[in-house]
Amino acid sequence: MKKILIIGATSAIAEATARLWAAQGHQLYLLGRNAEHLQNMAADLKIRGAESVSYAASDLNDFAKHAAALDAATQALGGLDIVLIAHGTLGDQKASEQDFSVTLQELNTNAISVISLLTHLANHFEAHKHGSIAVISSVAGDRGRQSNYVYGTAKGAVTLFTQGLRNRLHKSGVQVLTIKPGFVDTPMTAGIDKKGLLWASPEAIARSIVSGIEKRRDVVYAPWFWIGIMAVIRGIPERVFKKLRL
Amino acid sequence: MELHGWGRYPRQQATLALPLSNTQCATTLAASAPLIAHGLGRSYGDSALAATVLGTPYLDHFVAFDDSTGALTCQAGVSLDAILRTFVPRGWFLPVTPGTRFVTVGGAIASDVHGKNHHAAGTFGAHVQHLELLLGNGAVVRASPTEHADLFAATCGGMGLTGIILQASLALKRIASSDILQTTVKAPNLQAALDAFAEHADSTYSVAWIDCLAKGASLGRSLLMLGEHATDGPLQVQTRPPTPVPFDLPAVLLNHASVQAFNALYYGRIRPPVSQQRLPFEPFFYPLDAVGQWNRLYGKPGFVQYQFVLPQAAGVAGLREVLAAIAASGRGSFLAVLKVFGPANANFLSFPQAGFTLALDFKAEPAVFTLLDELDAIVLHHGGRLYMAKDARMSAATFKASYPTWQAFEDVRARWHAHGKFASSQSIRLGLQ
Repeated sequence: MKKILIIGATSAIAEATARLWAAQGHQLYLLGRNAEHLQNMAADLKIRGAESVSYAASDLNDFAKHAAALDAATQALGGLDIVLIAHGTLGDQKASEQDFSVTLQELNTNAISVISLLTHLANHFEAHKHGSIAVISSVAGDRGRQSNYVYGTAKGAVTLFTQGLRNRLHKSGVQVLTIKPGFVDTPMTAGIDKKGLLWASPEAIARSIVSGIEKRRDVVYAPWFWIGIMAVIRGIPERVFKKLRL
Repeated sequence: MELHGWGRYPRQQATLALPLSNTQCATTLAASAPLIAHGLGRSYGDSALAATVLGTPYLDHFVAFDDSTGALTCQAGVSLDAILRTFVPRGWFLPVTPGTRFVTVGGAIASDVHGKNHHAAGTFGAHVQHLELLLGNGAVVRASPTEHADLFAATCGGMGLTGIILQASLALKRIASSDILQTTVKAPNLQAALDAFAEHADSTYSVAWIDCLAKGASLGRSLLMLGEHATDGPLQVQTRPPTPVPFDLPAVLLNHASVQAFNALYYGRIRPPVSQQRLPFEPFFYPLDAVGQWNRLYGKPGFVQYQFVLPQAAGVAGLREVLAAIAASGRGSFLAVLKVFGPANANFLSFPQAGFTLALDFKAEPAVFTLLDELDAIVLHHGGRLYMAKDARMSAATFKASYPTWQAFEDVRARWHAHGKFASSQSIRLGLQ
């Protein structure tokens, strides 16, 4: 039985992952924004088999509250074995191009808040010398594209930060897992109409996360075929890439 | 976006709202009525289609479970599959299940679905202890057989036209094993099939696969499948995902010759007149769930499913008349299912009534629609009716003649603020307000 903290717990991928962990009988602590949704989730996860479920509503963009929120979670669980950081917003690329305050908001939500949380968590895990930190980044962070480079910048920062953290925490026996989902059918992407073969369900991503932690992987593309797609995309020379409409 | 039901006919441009909470349901309703709730899209025709549709995929939480009684309270977007996955390993099963587990609890209530145990257990609604409904005026009320009984009876089988079902409490039933002991009885013709149903009326589950293309002395030849829950063995769910049909098959593949060949092989595959086997519950209850998106077998035009019930009094003669009309048309059905229903309930628009029900698939094409109009006339003549969850084309006149309580249903809707707030393409076609 593991003590698991899920940050951004009401996101579709986080909830699907929480359900898998609940069915395995773990202890869960949910941190998210919407109290009504958290309450529904907690009751649901308990029925699905979680040993215990606690939750707290918190605005993750208020960085000053991170330390206290993490302390409360660690206390309630009586320690930490696994942390999943899953919150994020897709943002509006066009709006960001017109207004830097929108860009700043996106970077705060998708990158800076994650970095703040990881700064606290890294010290905790480093001291305890065991456990897993799993962070949801995105394939969008692998290369900048005109259609969503603000989101991509934030996710790219998360990818790089977790890479460095993995290097630092390796000697302490702590796993740092960077999860890079492709297109996922969630409320965050509900506005996108045509969903083709490349789209995956939150449940599929959740299975990749749970198995990635169990196998102590470093980086997981979810679903797996994105590793090939992104290898091709990263391999295109910049002088060609800049002319593409991506 | 373009939406369609399981039959992929008809298709409709729709705005899809995906609320994340009950609060957001109320906001959506206030801003976008009239609309209709849409679960997993397994009703076949247009009963969950409208210009504005409220999808329930994110309203899928369990709310409470009492492991001493099996009483489960859950949000309406919870699928029967999720219930089975969670509760079969703990020794609980659905009190009533339709032929697919990929429907939501809300949809099962709205269609008041039935299963292979209808003769003994009634419809899904009979096992709903109470439900919470979001009304057209934004209020949330609790309804049960004893609280606002009129609203409850209109909501079970009410095709989502009384409000948005937010959550429901169901009585799960105890099982000792997830296995089913199946007995297969070969019936060489229709009379033999109905006799076999009568002889095995005390079976927990019964259903027959029927060859609709057989003519003459073999008209109505069937395989009757009976089932009992095993009393020992595992409590488990299969984890293998369905094998998908990856694309629309050419519509020409399903023709008279191929269906006839399939039916002959399927019937001939079983040799002895009575045979027994033990199998997991999935292939017994949900044989088609093993093939993801089997609805693509009918190609791009889609298909319509035609399910009717004839009252007991119409008897074999009525059924034979329908089967003869289908056999004569040569428009075969890949899958035809025959079942003997138990008594009707008091819900306004519930489909089952004491008698015989037959469900058939047809490719959606002009000649089929002509045939189905002819079948409607035979069904009406014998005092029968059609299942609204399958329907994509019945006329308002046929509906009103065969569901005489439709006016009383409308009175309940008026009383509970549903008019102008909840409507589907089907309800408009059938002449409901």
